[in-house]
Amino acid sequence: MKIAVCIKQVPDTEARLRVGKDGRWIDEEDLPFAINEGDEVALEEALQIAEKQGGEVVVFSLGPERVREALRKALALGAGRAVHLRHEAFAGGDAIATGRALAAAIRREACDLVLTGSQSDDNGYGATGTVVAGFLDWPHAWLVMGVEVEEGAKTLKVTREMESGLSEVFRLALPAVLEVQAGLNHPRYASLKGIMSAKKKEIAELGPGDLGLSDGEVGLAGSRLEVLSVGFPEASTGAQILSGDDAGKQLVAKLKNEARVI
Amino acid sequence: MAKVYAVLQQREGKIHRMAWETVAAAQQLAASTGEKAAAVLLGSGIAGLAAEVAGCDLESVRVIDHPLLADYTPGGYVAALAGLVALESPSTLLFPHTYQTIEYMPRLALAAGAGIVPEALSFETDSGGTIWKRPILEGKMHARVRAKGAGPTIVSLQSGAFSADSRKPGQAPVATVAVDLQAAAPWREILGVQQVGGETVDLSKAEIIVAIGRGIGGADKMGPVEELARLLKADIGASRPVIDSGWLPRDRQIGSSGQTVSPKLYLAFGISGAIQHLVGMKGSTCIVAVNKDAGAPIFKVANYGIVGDLHEVIPAMVAALKEG
Repeated sequence: MKIAVCIKQVPDTEARLRVGKDGRWIDEEDLPFAINEGDEVALEEALQIAEKQGGEVVVFSLGPERVREALRKALALGAGRAVHLRHEAFAGGDAIATGRALAAAIRREACDLVLTGSQSDDNGYGATGTVVAGFLDWPHAWLVMGVEVEEGAKTLKVTREMESGLSEVFRLALPAVLEVQAGLNHPRYASLKGIMSAKKKEIAELGPGDLGLSDGEVGLAGSRLEVLSVGFPEASTGAQILSGDDAGKQLVAKLKNEARVI
Repeated sequence: MAKVYAVLQQREGKIHRMAWETVAAAQQLAASTGEKAAAVLLGSGIAGLAAEVAGCDLESVRVIDHPLLADYTPGGYVAALAGLVALESPSTLLFPHTYQTIEYMPRLALAAGAGIVPEALSFETDSGGTIWKRPILEGKMHARVRAKGAGPTIVSLQSGAFSADSRKPGQAPVATVAVDLQAAAPWREILGVQQVGGETVDLSKAEIIVAIGRGIGGADKMGPVEELARLLKADIGASRPVIDSGWLPRDRQIGSSGQTVSPKLYLAFGISGAIQHLVGMKGSTCIVAVNKDAGAPIFKVANYGIVGDLHEVIPAMVAALKEG
């Protein structure tokens, strides 16, 4: 089974954020980046399926040069090859433009299954994997909490999260796209051997032309959504902020005497 | 005249609670752009539901009633709505931002040649059209975005962004729309629905909840939390990352995929306040937030806040409670 995993490199969740110069995105200078949490879970699931079923895991990512670091990490974790969609025309894409490019790259590889996270921790569109499925014309599922490859490896039994503690179970025909939920598994750590062998693994670089796409079909030009500005929400209104070394003690006193809830 | 469609979610004959927020948003957007608002219902045998929605101030209630739509499937819903868009060319389709709609909206966008704006919080209009505000970077920041290109815009609305109570009542005609679903396929074979975790702990009746988030740092750090809960006679709950890491069992999870609670006191330690968590606890009477990050969204809904390390604040609270 050949499994594609789409990963995104996003600002580390602990990173201090600033508005960038053009006001349309954050300032990325000196910002720490990491693989998006859901995508790391998707990679782990792909590695586990490939270990059980046999086959290859190919990891895909779209982004600038810094993305090589994320791809290198995925290779160290066990992916066999990496494909880096790297071209200035790819910049600023929404879910539709980015999904179109990823689908075109995956189509070149004759994959049986695509795994990715349900949502990125930066733009949080929650849509890119579904767009990939749309361009490939494959079935898909979002917020996947369980995957079982059925006998003969032609179908999957998928559990998907719904609201209010319910989940839905259904069967999908392969090839398919699964967007997984964090909590599906516990991603492994890279071994020293993995890190060493990753250095010899291939990272192919592709631009729009290699994918049969024009510059106008990808990035901001190929997007249906344009970001005008980013900013911080208005300062908090309700919360009374307690500070000082005795903040904990103050809090207990407030809860007893002011809010009267304890 | 161009139209704003509110696409309403229903399941087993019940309208989703966020459907009414979607109706209110459609009425407000239409009033602002000079368009008409209509509602859309999909399903099988849903005449009763349509009558319920008809009590709103809407141009009409559009009903697509077909056996293929008896259960939700992305294939069925995309085919039905893409067919409706082709027939009636609405300018905007508004959806509640739910686990169901997010799954199929992007494919509807491709099928209908539409742009997509997920998880909108509010809108403003100017000469260039409608500008939507949406959260980015896990709610720490916002982005103002505009749809571009030809064709309709598909927008999902964050839970609580528009008030259901603000919807205007009225009397709307119900119109059945015949969409050809001959060639539609569900894209999946439904096997069943199951309850996760068995709900052995009922947090909905708790008076006080001590809730912990990712900031706790590990299952071995629970001692002081348990002591605080004991002193306050509180139940312990958690946000999703704690459950996913296996530090607490899933029946302790609070939020959209866990339990919804409204105690008189909710203490959130090391919880950033992602919307999925907030929807499960924002009805609490008094909310306390303790978090290292002053920009954490949890402070927006809190009554009392401490910007600091929970590993210092909790022992200080325990000591203060023991002193009496």
